[in-house]
Amino acid sequence: MVATVGGVLAGLLALPAARALKKKFSTSPAPSGYDASKHKWLMCLDVDKCIGCGLCADACKTENHVPEASHFFRTWIERYIIKKPAPATAAARGEVLVDSPNGGRGGFPPALVPRADILKSFFVPKLCNLCEASPCTQVCPVGATFDTPDGAVLVDPSYCIGCGFCIQACPYGCRFLSPVTRTAEKCTLCYHRITRGLLPACVEVCPTQARVFGDLKNPLADDPLQAFVQENKVNTLKPHLGTNPRVLYANLDKEVR
Amino acid sequence: MSLQLTAILAEVAPHFDGYVYPNESGSHPLWGVLIVLYPYITGLVAGAFIMASLVRVFRVKALEPVYRLSLLTALAFLLCATLPLLLHLGHPERSYQIMITPHLTSPMAIFGFVYAWYLMAVLLLELWFDYRGDLVNWGRTEPGLRGFIYRLLTVGVSDVSPAAIALDHKLSWIISILGIPSAFLLHGYVGFIFGSIKANPWWGNAIMPIIFILSAMVSGIALCVFVYMVLSWRRRRALDMRCLDVMGMYLFYALVIDAAIEALDWIHRAYSAEEGFHVMEYMAQQRLFYTLSIGQLLMGTLIPLLTLGSLQVARKFVSDAIRTRLYFTCAIFVLLGVLAMRWNVVMGGQFFSKSLRGVMSYKLEFAGAEGWFLGLMLLSLPFIILTVLIKLFLSQSLLTSGHVPHRPDPT
Repeated sequence: MVATVGGVLAGLLALPAARALKKKFSTSPAPSGYDASKHKWLMCLDVDKCIGCGLCADACKTENHVPEASHFFRTWIERYIIKKPAPATAAARGEVLVDSPNGGRGGFPPALVPRADILKSFFVPKLCNLCEASPCTQVCPVGATFDTPDGAVLVDPSYCIGCGFCIQACPYGCRFLSPVTRTAEKCTLCYHRITRGLLPACVEVCPTQARVFGDLKNPLADDPLQAFVQENKVNTLKPHLGTNPRVLYANLDKEVR
Repeated sequence: MSLQLTAILAEVAPHFDGYVYPNESGSHPLWGVLIVLYPYITGLVAGAFIMASLVRVFRVKALEPVYRLSLLTALAFLLCATLPLLLHLGHPERSYQIMITPHLTSPMAIFGFVYAWYLMAVLLLELWFDYRGDLVNWGRTEPGLRGFIYRLLTVGVSDVSPAAIALDHKLSWIISILGIPSAFLLHGYVGFIFGSIKANPWWGNAIMPIIFILSAMVSGIALCVFVYMVLSWRRRRALDMRCLDVMGMYLFYALVIDAAIEALDWIHRAYSAEEGFHVMEYMAQQRLFYTLSIGQLLMGTLIPLLTLGSLQVARKFVSDAIRTRLYFTCAIFVLLGVLAMRWNVVMGGQFFSKSLRGVMSYKLEFAGAEGWFLGLMLLSLPFIILTVLIKLFLSQSLLTSGHVPHRPDPT
């Protein structure tokens, strides 16, 4: 009897320890044998090349089973319309209008602003900024979201408690609480694909190569990532917050946040 | 879809002005009324405890009639403090992970330990040492279940010799001294959970913990005034006007400091006018007008400040009956004002997009996990627990049975 009670107690005490151990060696969607320390993935975006077709947002939803509703996106496209300044205002630029109907999925409807009033317009693809000092990882109370050695920021859905703190902490609006898993969800760089030698779905379908993806530790002979960094002056989103985003943008306008 | 249905949906669905990130455009903010109640209830705990500390540590003898009531109030609210947090989690069944695998850089992770420390090592211990002598006596005299509960709570320590009681008082005093920084830590920590979010200009603020602590003191004292008055009226006992006046005085001083620091925060925000201030300005003037300008500023701060301030100067000229009514009104106004403040912080920070280009309209629903009905239920729970605690530990029958509750030794 005493031994049974002791056994049950030991079992109960071992349960948290076992879970803690599981956390220590949490799994990712990578195949066995994949060595994360031998890669450093990065995505860069050229604003001038994006045509706002929305294929990337669509492919992401399909590939990653992102909930269909129009307020769940791992990647989306924003349209910026900068109007001409009103007469006699002596301003360089006019009002800035931004929209992203259904995350840009399926393209954009014609702008409501008359063409003659538009000074400039462009599309900006958005996704997780892969911050070096990621605030989402910093604030997670249980360590369910973590930085991988190869540059991704992942969420362990079996460990996330769904508090939403990381969603509040992300300055870029890249996270959401999945209504399916009731855990935080975000762009994984299609970790299940890139660890098997494939491109992320959004990069795969981009018709203009506005999205450039590569491995900084294993550059190819004609590596598009190296060419992108050499040929462009690059910028990041909200650099003043000190999150050090690794995702680089070429031709980024000051209005983009 | 018919035009009529579209119109209805357009009305029910949240309304956005400007641009918000797609992931922010859900039907309601991620954190709702439950997260509004979380800092509110925690603040009431910290404030009520500090109120009790005025008697124990700072020897404010006039407040002795509310010493035990304040501690029991703090306990009743502390027992409910984590409930809103648990209910809002996507996976409440995993909440224990915060304790077994805390992520040490997370402000939220340490809250579990701070809470446990405060409940186990401060509040329950202080109450136990304060009550132990009485529990032993009541255990001997009270019959039935009530007597059994008292005997159980003594956990077998039945020594009521003067030396043992003196040791109880000494330990209780030490715990009380530890309790003051612990109460500051408890609620300052809640403030830090919001203040640490640099992504949100409404929240990310170095003095957010200070603001939370001060508003907690204000709300805690107001709660003690409210509970003391309601309890006295319920028992048809005369109010101790000296006690009430001193509570009013401390409420006034706490309110002055709280209002000054919050004003300083806004002055700094307006003067520095950093990125995002235009959104905050719009929020204060439009989206949060009723809860900020009317609820928090006018009702929760200016009216109580003027009323209590006037009473400090002209107390002698105001009759007891009028003073009683004024204190009661001020306590309720302050309690509602601090609730409005919590709403403004938690919801205000989510009514605008982190793109700083758009805001949302939000109407609190009646039903559901984020509805005001559940919020009201959660807010009623501590009062129900407090009623039970008062019946058990501040019962009039116990008072009249010859057992005088402990008064702290002034020497």
